Amino acid sequence: MIRVELPGNLQTLAGTGRSVELEVTGTATQRSVLDALEKRYPSLLGTVRDANTKRRRPMVRFFACEEDLSDESPDAPLPPEVISGKEPFLIIGAIAGG
Amino acid sequence: MSRVRVLVGTRKGAFILGADASRKSWKVEGPLFAGWEIYHLKGSPADPDRIYASQSSSWFGQVMHRSNDGGKTWETVGNQFNYEGAVGPHKWYDGSPHPYEFKRVWHLEPSLHDPDTVYAGVEDASLFKSADAGQTWEELPALRTHSTAAEWAPGAGGLCLHTIIQDPSNKDRMYIAISAAGAFRTDDGGKSWKPINKGLRSNYIPDQDAEVGHCVHHMAMHPSKPGVLFMQKHWDVLRTDNGGDQWREISGELPSDFGFVIDVNSNNPDTLYVVPIKSDQLHFVPDGKLRVYRSKTGDGDWEALTKGLPQQDCYVNVLRDAMAVDQLDPCGVYFGTSGGQVYGSADDGNSWTSIVRDLPGVLSVEVQTLK
Repeated sequence: MIRVELPGNLQTLAGTGRSVELEVTGTATQRSVLDALEKRYPSLLGTVRDANTKRRRPMVRFFACEEDLSDESPDAPLPPEVISGKEPFLIIGAIAGG
Repeated sequence: MSRVRVLVGTRKGAFILGADASRKSWKVEGPLFAGWEIYHLKGSPADPDRIYASQSSSWFGQVMHRSNDGGKTWETVGNQFNYEGAVGPHKWYDGSPHPYEFKRVWHLEPSLHDPDTVYAGVEDASLFKSADAGQTWEELPALRTHSTAAEWAPGAGGLCLHTIIQDPSNKDRMYIAISAAGAFRTDDGGKSWKPINKGLRSNYIPDQDAEVGHCVHHMAMHPSKPGVLFMQKHWDVLRTDNGGDQWREISGELPSDFGFVIDVNSNNPDTLYVVPIKSDQLHFVPDGKLRVYRSKTGDGDWEALTKGLPQQDCYVNVLRDAMAVDQLDPCGVYFGTSGGQVYGSADDGNSWTSIVRDLPGVLSVEVQTLK
């Protein structure tokens, strides 16, 4: 199980708590985790990454294990601690006030 | 007994204000979609239980919602707004070419006849249509690909299509307005568009009476006189009596002819309302006084409506989609401010009360008159 933590606005939209657990088949990557997230919560389609290009939205960041993974390849394996469920994959709204 | 439902979009969620026909005692529900910018909500004239909402965020993009029960419950619907075919440039603020990019839905206009059909005016400017209650959206590309489109430039809020008016007497005729391109009309259901900006003059473009380039802020029409349109431009209030073929200024002695909102009394097609704003630099009301101005002839003679509105130390703005009228008699008039107040009048604007005072900044106000 991959643990994904969502920012507040997306929790409201998806009707979830802060953390959701996702079953990911194959190697857990940003792409496969986000595919699983959007499949389970269709209302999040287009809110984390562009629905067509699948590129991360400019004001969204991905953190895990105290590292910024935002600019990693979407097909790179996530850290072992995330894959094992020990650490969450964090989807963060870039801090910008408001 | 009739009642009214006022739909309020704010910078941090939506609110629904309800009252009976006396419009004296109000119930406030919300926030809906808390934390999100709600540019617009609007109910279907064909089925008032059907309401569409545009929810957006600079972080998380565009989300669309639909209610089938008058706003009690909501479901997400389609949020894919894809421009059709090749995407050309528009002008950027500095005059350089800038690629089209979808940013958000500014305005939703449900069909007069079919609750499942709804139009969406978007930024960067284009018109979309859904015929399946918001599940999927198709662009009407003839507008965005108009021969003048490369000359369109964004206003301070962006290159937005913010006004959509359907002609109730002619299903193929529709008016739209874009900041800063101007007003356009289709007479063939959106297959082709004609700029309708003759009579407009704008000192922020090199050719002051150019065919396009005008920052139209809002337009309004009374359904009984579909050829008569009223316009609040960046500066100037204008009127046309021939469907936009020619406009003339009716600003008269307004304390400022800059402003955003304009609306028409539901019982009298010649009575209109504006809220003058000091200037494009200041974006607050003149003299610290919040005044609605009413013209009973629709032709340049204005009276200030102040009863119940703050007349000192007031420095709010009223944005372009933040005024609406109900269908009761006397006509109810409603508007929301950047300071989070929603004011209502149940007597044609003669007197006002604050329905709610401390919401997030108001982006839009619509009203439904319910049986």
